[in-house]
Amino acid sequence: MRIEGKGLIDRSETVPFVFDGVRYTGFRGDTLASALLANEQRLMGRSFKYHRPRGVLTAGSEEPNALVTVGEGAAQNPNVRATMQEIYPELSARSQNRWPSLNFDLMSINDLAAPFLGAGFYYKTFMWPKSFWEKLYEPVIRRAAGLGALSGADNVDKYESAYAFCDLLVIGAGPAGLMAALVAARAGADVILADENARMGGRLLSETYAVDGKPGHVWADEVLSQLEAMENVRLMTRTTIAGAYDQGTFAALERFGHHTEHRPSGAPLETYWRIVAKRSVLAAGALERPVAFRDNDRPGIMTAGAVRAYLNRWGVSPGRNVSIFGNTDDIHRTARDLLDAGVHVAAVIDSRHDAPLSNEYEVLRGAQVCGSTGRKGLEAITVRRASGEERIHTDCLAMTGGWNPSVHLTCHMNGRPTWNRDIEAFVPTPGAIPGMITAGACNGSFSTVSCLRDGIEAAKSSLAELGLKAPKTPVPDAEDDPYNISQLWAVPGTGRAWLDFQNDVTVKDVKQAATENFRSVEHMKRYTTQGMATDQGKNSNVAALAVLADATGRGIPETGTTTFRPPYSPIAIAALGAGAEGSAFKPQRFTTSHPASLKRNAPMIEAGLWYRPSYFSKDGETTWRQSCDREVNMVRQAVGICDVSTLGKIDIQGPDAGAFLDFVYTNMFSTLKVGRTRYGLMLREDGYVMDDGTTARLGETHYLMTTTTAAAGEVMKHLEFVHQGLRPDLDVTFTSVTEHWAQFAVAGPKSRELLSALLDTPLDDENWPFMACGPVSVLGVQGRLFRISFSGEHAYEIAVPARYGANLFDILTERAEALGGGLYGMEALNVLRIEKGFITHAEIHGRTTAYDIGMGRMVSQKKDCIGKTMSERPGLEEAGRERLVGLKPIGESKELLAGAHLYNEEAEPVRTNDQGYLTSVCYSPTMETMLGLAFLADGPDRYGEIVKMVDHLRDVTTLCEVVNPVFFDPEGGRVRG
Amino acid sequence: MRITCPYCGERDRREFYYRGAAVDLERPAPDAGEDAWNDFVYLRDNPAGVTRELWCHEGGCGAWIVVTRNTVTHEILGSQLASEVKR
Repeated sequence: MRIEGKGLIDRSETVPFVFDGVRYTGFRGDTLASALLANEQRLMGRSFKYHRPRGVLTAGSEEPNALVTVGEGAAQNPNVRATMQEIYPELSARSQNRWPSLNFDLMSINDLAAPFLGAGFYYKTFMWPKSFWEKLYEPVIRRAAGLGALSGADNVDKYESAYAFCDLLVIGAGPAGLMAALVAARAGADVILADENARMGGRLLSETYAVDGKPGHVWADEVLSQLEAMENVRLMTRTTIAGAYDQGTFAALERFGHHTEHRPSGAPLETYWRIVAKRSVLAAGALERPVAFRDNDRPGIMTAGAVRAYLNRWGVSPGRNVSIFGNTDDIHRTARDLLDAGVHVAAVIDSRHDAPLSNEYEVLRGAQVCGSTGRKGLEAITVRRASGEERIHTDCLAMTGGWNPSVHLTCHMNGRPTWNRDIEAFVPTPGAIPGMITAGACNGSFSTVSCLRDGIEAAKSSLAELGLKAPKTPVPDAEDDPYNISQLWAVPGTGRAWLDFQNDVTVKDVKQAATENFRSVEHMKRYTTQGMATDQGKNSNVAALAVLADATGRGIPETGTTTFRPPYSPIAIAALGAGAEGSAFKPQRFTTSHPASLKRNAPMIEAGLWYRPSYFSKDGETTWRQSCDREVNMVRQAVGICDVSTLGKIDIQGPDAGAFLDFVYTNMFSTLKVGRTRYGLMLREDGYVMDDGTTARLGETHYLMTTTTAAAGEVMKHLEFVHQGLRPDLDVTFTSVTEHWAQFAVAGPKSRELLSALLDTPLDDENWPFMACGPVSVLGVQGRLFRISFSGEHAYEIAVPARYGANLFDILTERAEALGGGLYGMEALNVLRIEKGFITHAEIHGRTTAYDIGMGRMVSQKKDCIGKTMSERPGLEEAGRERLVGLKPIGESKELLAGAHLYNEEAEPVRTNDQGYLTSVCYSPTMETMLGLAFLADGPDRYGEIVKMVDHLRDVTTLCEVVNPVFFDPEGGRVRG
Repeated sequence: MRITCPYCGERDRREFYYRGAAVDLERPAPDAGEDAWNDFVYLRDNPAGVTRELWCHEGGCGAWIVVTRNTVTHEILGSQLASEVKR
């Protein structure tokens, strides 16, 4: 029912909206909850487990009942609290967890079965048969119990992430927060004031108190306009500070686009902020707790603070005939506000025997509400007094069990709150978050004047720590009413008295948990589901643990709270992951030849973040193998071109570059001649192989190292660590130049012919022997040439600045094709290297040593190097180690499979007989057979022996001959020729 | 978490790469013996309290840094370039 003349809504703007298909109107400034209440729509949801009809319990982000779905299709947003959703024209929302409709929900049959559905029901009942859990029980339970659902479609909304920095972060813009921000801002501090609501002012907007002689909301607006005018202040509305983290870091969610039909194009729906604050003031206020009594969950029963909020802020009375029940002097505040607004007060029920009386209305002292009736909304309550029980007709009950300070953020870094007997509630433990001071209601200061005073004091302390001088600020005049709480958690009686509305947890459930020995508050929580889901027990946890404390004969402080964890209120995963989706999560790195490869329809494979072509199909080829075989033959017989730019390139310069390389490589590089390249092997300090590659000496103090594609980043970091952390005495620097150079392998007997035609000076053996390197001029461009080979053929790698890469690639391709060659991809590259027994990370997989891969002698005895000492451990060189060999199939089965294990020919293929495993296999068109590289116990001593490959997964057994891993051209004549 | 890079100032921990205990800086001599090498490569304390760790400012200047940190309170007590610690 709308009350004329009340509320901070804009009555000049009527806003049409839709709820469950029905059109309603509200005013600008309404929430969905206030607008529905104004339209007498009390039923807003169905409960989680029993599908009981529910209305709003609160007026804020702690709302457990009125959860709705907003929007349609991919933009559908479930579990939106109707109390937080502002209405705008054409807003469309619908209720959840009901079928077929909110008014008529067939699932409410669960409510009749309630005697069987108590705490632990699922655990006890759905035990057997075990296989039924996944197939039957879980799907049925999930369908019957639950919240809203996502559409399943890709998210269409934009989310952003952002950082902010400030001197002082003030969390909450009620009287305490406003005062703290004002004092700090006047002192010149860089201030961020954040509040989860659309409008700042906190309870000042929902109460009728005066501050400095003005209505509270007017005073709040005046302070806000002062703050707005200051350059050192940022006001963040609709921004929830969700978590407190180390060193003054806070997580915040700004809801930017949920409240309006006019979201600017490109603007995000939500922004996830990381705010770094030198100091912080927590002024998060307090949350009112309901009282548990039989059937206290009917639509129309809500917290007294919510009733005042709807009345004073939104000009809506949630009932025409309102009753009030509670245990603090707040009761009178509610009664006065309702009477002033002309709303009939049916009864004022105060559990305290010494409750203050009023001459405007009767106060039922020492009385309790012990039950309610009404099918889809409250119709009457039952009041119990010493004289007996009485039924009172009422359509709204405003209840209060006291207020819980919002201590949540103070507990995010392992802090535990302290029990305060005066207000029967937990308050923050000072110092729980370094640099944070708590102020106002969240600190247990409930009167307006104490909030204002707290705010000033918190700002002063923060400013002192920031080295700023606080201006003299008097405390504004405001109410300082007493609170006078006396404990009231649950009204005794039969039936179900609800504690946790969101999870349908009753007093009985908590007592049952205690009976079944789930006495720890954390165990009780898991057993009953108390305090889970979107509200995380904001309304119910303290009452639930009070009931548990009572049931276990302990005090509340001894019982303790469950752990408060971020986020304070729910955050969409889309917001948390903003800026880290798709290619931002996994960037793509493309070579300069990428477009050319795509143009030839080469399937691309990922190598780390890089994309490389697998093979290049020619007309008539229907399988990858046909293309691969052709490309291998082409390299062996003519010339092939392959982009090898993805290999890591590290430019190493300085007078001590040679000495440094001697320390990171097992072999010597200080002795390498200028203009020569050498293969190098790098170990980890534990003696196992880290990476390999060639390093060229371009000048006296200038080397260029190549790494494998996969290990480029790791090696770069390793070099920096070894230099900075172990040998800072060496004068050497490193620069990653991987992206600066486009580099192409030109491999095959016709490679020299091809390149000579492109270079200013033709190549010959005298000036360009195997492993030579140096500057060249390629069609007028200064490049580098390396006579190195990963194919075993006479080959080169030619490098030009990346901007010439695409062009050179095209020229090389064209020239190669003219010579009967062409492009080859990763598949052919792999076959070429297996035929030559060259290793990759399939072999140096982190568990193999230089000895294992047949390079033991590359660990120089003349010097120390990283990993040398540990590589000499006896166990790493002992007999029986699995070492690199080649395998050729010799039996009926010609198939080799990577990952398959090896056994002696006559042995049973079981783990205890294991002799080794295959790491790389290929079909070799050169040898016309499959080839495998494998690690075999004492492998190199067993050439000529027969072993049995067994792949248990794919059920393949192949007899193999053990051979030298260099299958092709073992003398290396081709590479030098 | 915020870590101070001696070159770049206080930065978000996402800019840093974590390596492990600063023991990695104390590489034994090649002939220091099995125990010294075993300690160096494999054995690490797991202190509840102050610890010294190696972090690399890989999203920034690339410096390796020794960060002194309290594993209980999460306080960052200091940071120093690894190269200076070694000198």
